[in-house]
Amino acid sequence: MKAFLGFIKKEFLHIFRDRRTLLILFGMPLVQLLLFGYAVRNELNKADIAILDHSRDEITREITDKLLSSGYFQLTAWLKSESEIEVVFQRGIARNVIVFESEFGRKLIRDGSANINIVTDASDPNMAQMLEGYTVNIIRDYQQEWQERNRQVQQSAGGSAGGGASISGIVPEVRMLFNPELRSANLFVPGLIAFILMLVSAFLTSITIAREKEQGTMEVLLASPLNPIQIIIGKVLPYLALSVINVFTILIVALVVFDVPFRGSVLLFSMLSLLFIMAALALGLRISSVVKDQQTAMMISLAGLLLPTILLSGFIFPISNMPAVLQYISHIVPAKWFLIIIRGIMLKGVGLEFLWQETLILFGMVVILMATSIKSFKIRLE
Amino acid sequence: MHNDNIIEVSGLTRKFGNFTAVDHITFEVKRGEIFGFLGANGAGKTTAIRMLTGLLIPSTGQATVAGFDVFTQTESIKKNIGYMSQKFSLYSDLTVVENIRFYGGIYGLRSRDIRRKTDELLERLGLADVRNRLIDDLPLGWKQKLAFSTAVIHEPAIVFMDEPTGGVDPITRRQFWDLIYEASDRGTTIFVTTHYMDEAEYCDRVTIMVDGRIDALDTPGGLKKKYGAEDIDEVFVKLARGGVA
Repeated sequence: MKAFLGFIKKEFLHIFRDRRTLLILFGMPLVQLLLFGYAVRNELNKADIAILDHSRDEITREITDKLLSSGYFQLTAWLKSESEIEVVFQRGIARNVIVFESEFGRKLIRDGSANINIVTDASDPNMAQMLEGYTVNIIRDYQQEWQERNRQVQQSAGGSAGGGASISGIVPEVRMLFNPELRSANLFVPGLIAFILMLVSAFLTSITIAREKEQGTMEVLLASPLNPIQIIIGKVLPYLALSVINVFTILIVALVVFDVPFRGSVLLFSMLSLLFIMAALALGLRISSVVKDQQTAMMISLAGLLLPTILLSGFIFPISNMPAVLQYISHIVPAKWFLIIIRGIMLKGVGLEFLWQETLILFGMVVILMATSIKSFKIRLE
Repeated sequence: MHNDNIIEVSGLTRKFGNFTAVDHITFEVKRGEIFGFLGANGAGKTTAIRMLTGLLIPSTGQATVAGFDVFTQTESIKKNIGYMSQKFSLYSDLTVVENIRFYGGIYGLRSRDIRRKTDELLERLGLADVRNRLIDDLPLGWKQKLAFSTAVIHEPAIVFMDEPTGGVDPITRRQFWDLIYEASDRGTTIFVTTHYMDEAEYCDRVTIMVDGRIDALDTPGGLKKKYGAEDIDEVFVKLARGGVA
């Protein structure tokens, strides 16, 4: 036991003496958190729009005001003709052009419908979709207000079935559940937690074991009275401890600085995070059992673990938008299931009764990975 | 029963798939001697040493090290041996003292003993001034001495060294051998592999391995006489040719 403690102490000496490791451990999570929090935003913030108003009546002015006062848009150009739209996009003056047809207000009152054309620059498809969504929502909002107002006007005018009544049809209500303000912080913090855990538990663990091999110290350790299981645990335990510290640091910063909600159980969150850490550690061990040097370990963990965690987990790109092949591949990415779990706990406040399937899948992954990792590690020792 | 033999090997074989790395080797090592294990790269030296240190389970054959069986008692073997690998096996980002403490610790020495031994060792090696320097900053020769000293810090009955002098200049190698003699004088059995034939002259007895087999085993003088050779290098060349023919 004393020999084992000495081993762990040595491991911490390695970590605290190596600036690069320290930077990855503590610098990277913080930088990423701030980067995602402040720079990489999925929500709109003063996007440039241009308006082409063929009608110039009271209603188009009200809609324009409503769009501009929302805070999501800023007006960069008033257009005079359709031909200017392409120019505006080409020069990058605006990413979204709103076109009111002529006699917009009159048509709306008379026929109950009028056309607004929303033209977006789709060279950035994500952005375009977002612009469209925001614009449509604001216009619908206005439509509702307008109907409401009309009804009141009619009622005060004696309840006659006048022109306003002809505005029929149901305005579909679109509500954003769980992330009503569409805040990207709420989405990226769980993803970031998954990423950091993968980084620390799998990436760093695989590198530190590869280093022992590269230095020739692994042989000496194996020829010493320490048994292989002690060596594995001794290597893994410090990183596990640091991962846990990291998770809670990120969580606290996210709650305090970015106001990310935490609606579910902290205990459940911790337990399932531990499950994911185990999966990551097993992956790290698996990698270190097949490589001989640190560089290979680094390359394999980068390409095989970190990239899928970022790209295929739903962290940044929604899985439902991916081609079918990638959707299938995403099933074997542990982070995908972990993300569903912690988003569920943090944002929806649900418990195991809704997450048991994902938990079971993750658990199965851990069992399989641990078994094969320890087995392959032992084979390598021989 | 065989009190004078600390290692007894008989018909020891290790196969990797179809390849036989070590092919029915048989030899004994006497308590307290310096036993040289010679052979070209790839002759099977490392595989043999790994089986004797409990790192690798043999395919067939028998062997005991310090009285313990290499098939069933590897844990006991590990407690009674020291091991120095080809790469000096120190942690370059730890200091001299931290390395000594670590290796003392994993061999189960008590803190008090580790402290005493550390001072002794640094004094003897003349490394007292650099005790808090990182291994990375030390010259190769110093690292090598330190690696050896940590390998015997728990005073094992026998120490295995796998090409401990690789990549080191002749003078440093000579100094290193002085250290080996000191340990030998204190009663430690030395089992050393090398592909420097001149080092064979430093050993009490040597065995030459060719293609996984042991072709010769004798004192350096005896081998030279038997093969009518000037030095061990010549013995080796003759053996290697014979192996091919």
